[in-house]
Amino acid sequence: MSKSNLTRRGLLKTSAVAGAGVALPTIFTASSAAAYMNEPTGSSVTLGFNVPQSGPYADEGADELRAYELAVEHLNGGGDGGLMNTFSSKELDGNGILGKKVEFVTGDTQTKSDAARASARSMIEKDGAIMITGGSSSGVAVAVQDLCQSAGVIFMAGLTHSNDTTGKDKKANGFRHFFNAYMSGAALAPVLQSLYGSDRKAYHLTADYTWGWTQEESIVAATEALGWETVNTVLTPLAATDFSSYIAPVMNSGADVLVLNHYGGNMVNSLTNAVQFGLREKEVNGKNFEIVVPLYSRLMARGAGENVKGILGSTNWHWSLQDEGSKQFVKSFGEKYGFPPSQAAQTCYAQTLLYADACQRAGTFNPCGVAEALEDFEFDGLGNGPTLYRAADHQCFKDVLVVRGKENPTSEFDLLEVVEVTPAAQVTYEPDHPMFAGGNLGSCNPGS
Amino acid sequence: MDAIILQILNGLDKGSAYALIALGLTLIFGTLGVVNFAHGALFMIGAFCAVTLSRILNLSFEIVDESRTDFLGNPLKFKTTYIETWLGPEMGGTIIEWAVPLAILFSIPIMIAIGFIMERGLIKHFYKRPHADQILVTFGLAIVLQEIIKYFYGANPIPTPAPSALTGSLDFGELLGFQANAVIYPYWRLVYFVFAALIIGGVFAFLQFTTFGMVVRAGMADRETVGLLGINIDRRFTIMFGIAAAVAGLAGVMYAPINSPNYHMGMDFLVLSFVVVVVGGMGSLPGAVLAGFLLGILESFASMNEVKSIFPGIDQIVIYLVAIIILLTRPRGLMGRKGVMED
Repeated sequence: MSKSNLTRRGLLKTSAVAGAGVALPTIFTASSAAAYMNEPTGSSVTLGFNVPQSGPYADEGADELRAYELAVEHLNGGGDGGLMNTFSSKELDGNGILGKKVEFVTGDTQTKSDAARASARSMIEKDGAIMITGGSSSGVAVAVQDLCQSAGVIFMAGLTHSNDTTGKDKKANGFRHFFNAYMSGAALAPVLQSLYGSDRKAYHLTADYTWGWTQEESIVAATEALGWETVNTVLTPLAATDFSSYIAPVMNSGADVLVLNHYGGNMVNSLTNAVQFGLREKEVNGKNFEIVVPLYSRLMARGAGENVKGILGSTNWHWSLQDEGSKQFVKSFGEKYGFPPSQAAQTCYAQTLLYADACQRAGTFNPCGVAEALEDFEFDGLGNGPTLYRAADHQCFKDVLVVRGKENPTSEFDLLEVVEVTPAAQVTYEPDHPMFAGGNLGSCNPGS
Repeated sequence: MDAIILQILNGLDKGSAYALIALGLTLIFGTLGVVNFAHGALFMIGAFCAVTLSRILNLSFEIVDESRTDFLGNPLKFKTTYIETWLGPEMGGTIIEWAVPLAILFSIPIMIAIGFIMERGLIKHFYKRPHADQILVTFGLAIVLQEIIKYFYGANPIPTPAPSALTGSLDFGELLGFQANAVIYPYWRLVYFVFAALIIGGVFAFLQFTTFGMVVRAGMADRETVGLLGINIDRRFTIMFGIAAAVAGLAGVMYAPINSPNYHMGMDFLVLSFVVVVVGGMGSLPGAVLAGFLLGILESFASMNEVKSIFPGIDQIVIYLVAIIILLTRPRGLMGRKGVMED
């Protein structure tokens, strides 16, 4: 008498595994005749612009989208050609990418990791996007970068400043043009020392998520190296709107510098609250009390209004720069939209051109070929001076701007002044630096 | 000690906003029996009334200055406000600077009108529907309202400063005999607290000492009997909805200089305000005010580093923790009446 091995539990398990296999999105199991994921076969190629179109960073997302549309127009031979005129690589000729007309689809990240992954997935699966780019948050960038690695498309990060994006969460298919928290610390430290001295006591308020943690770590390390003492570091909930109860303890903590590791609405509110509590007029330890906002953006500065005056911070790019690339980009963008571009717009525009140029130089859209072309690529003329896309971690190394809220702005866009352009060499670190340790770039995934 | 005084002041200030929103919520619930999740949106619209008046006062025309250039190298166009041209730079400038206090007058008719339209146009159709339906429809309305605001004003916060005469801070330390600069508190936050106390006092006086208020209170206690006496209680309740909207709006107007208004600010306050209402006791006006201040102060104390070092993360959960404890020990809330939401 034979005994069947089939049990009810076993049947259920087998069915579940089989069901999961059938239901697994084709995105991860693509095995068509194509050599790589979404290989363009017609006369056009589709890029996916994944930006916050709703939620708290929607204005930043709108500026990113403007930049992408401008980049597509220039790649297809429209407009004045923009930064293709000043870019050191001359591969792009206004005839699309590899002769294919550039088209695009957009997704809404909502500045939520799951929503951003869903919109990126939809653009790859349904619209055939061969590259995903954009975003205004490190949480989103890390999540989408991971998805693109699994799916086998290139991810050109938008605005993401956490060390983790090209640190412990780096991926072979992901590339970041924007600077990072370590670079902010390295650029700010000498300026802080020359303006505020070496004997300071700092108090940190930090947004409680990946970007806030890495920024706090970077700024603490940079300022303690100057001889500053860190009095306290306090994490604040991302959802906080009124920071008065976090500001109040600063006043009697003995600190004479407040570092706000906040971005977006958090930064606007915490800075406004700090100024309302008279911290700027306060004198502690015989010194003027100072506030530092390590990561600035013009859009945020506008939200904080008068409160940004005299406050130091760092930024990736500013429209007042006078190099040929910056002047050209401000002209192209300004003539099309009527106002100067933000740093988010500049980094997104640059990423699109860098991707297109890499395809052109590689002679293929294959993510592995594109990644190889981007790795250790040195270029100039995109507004940040000579820049290196380092192979070891896919991070761009370029000059970093230290800026200060302008005392007498001449327009609603003229809010920040450049205090110092910190050379790239000063903000460069080893790939195995402890703040970036723990990750593995892995190998590129072409997706097929 | 100075740190404790500071946190009490902070708590009173936060509590003012909670109490004002919770007061409006309770007025609507007590009169109409509707759980209004769009109430936070009314607070947000109030703040945008201040933004709107500020923009109206800043309406300007362009003057081209050939001697200077803009970012594209074209002749610089700069703007001069109409009001400064008509009234002179000094008078015009002062009016622009006092936009937020002036917005109190500007916002009252707008908020009452919005309240009427909301109640007559949508909410009255849900009086006899379950509370779950009311919550869904008012929550949907809140999202629609905030998306409308975002469409016209953008997603970024819009700075709306207080008049410069009220932007400094008061040294409480010296007043109380501590050392100078130990307890500093911004003038505008003190103004906000006094303003909230006046509004709360005004609403209570209106309900307590006017015939209209007496009828409304009678209607809140027993709607049917008041109706049988030939009094059109529905009309009075509609007016109360308008008043509740105005209270939320005024809370928003005065809050604009504290945190730059953004389209999402109503949602940030809504959930907390509901906790306040539940802790205070559904339908109890004094309960809402008491719970607003109580939870505001508790939240401030929970943010103190000394407290957080003992209970990490307590600042994020304290309000909900207290709500659980109060509801376990006093299921009707601090001052809740029997029979409210218990059917």
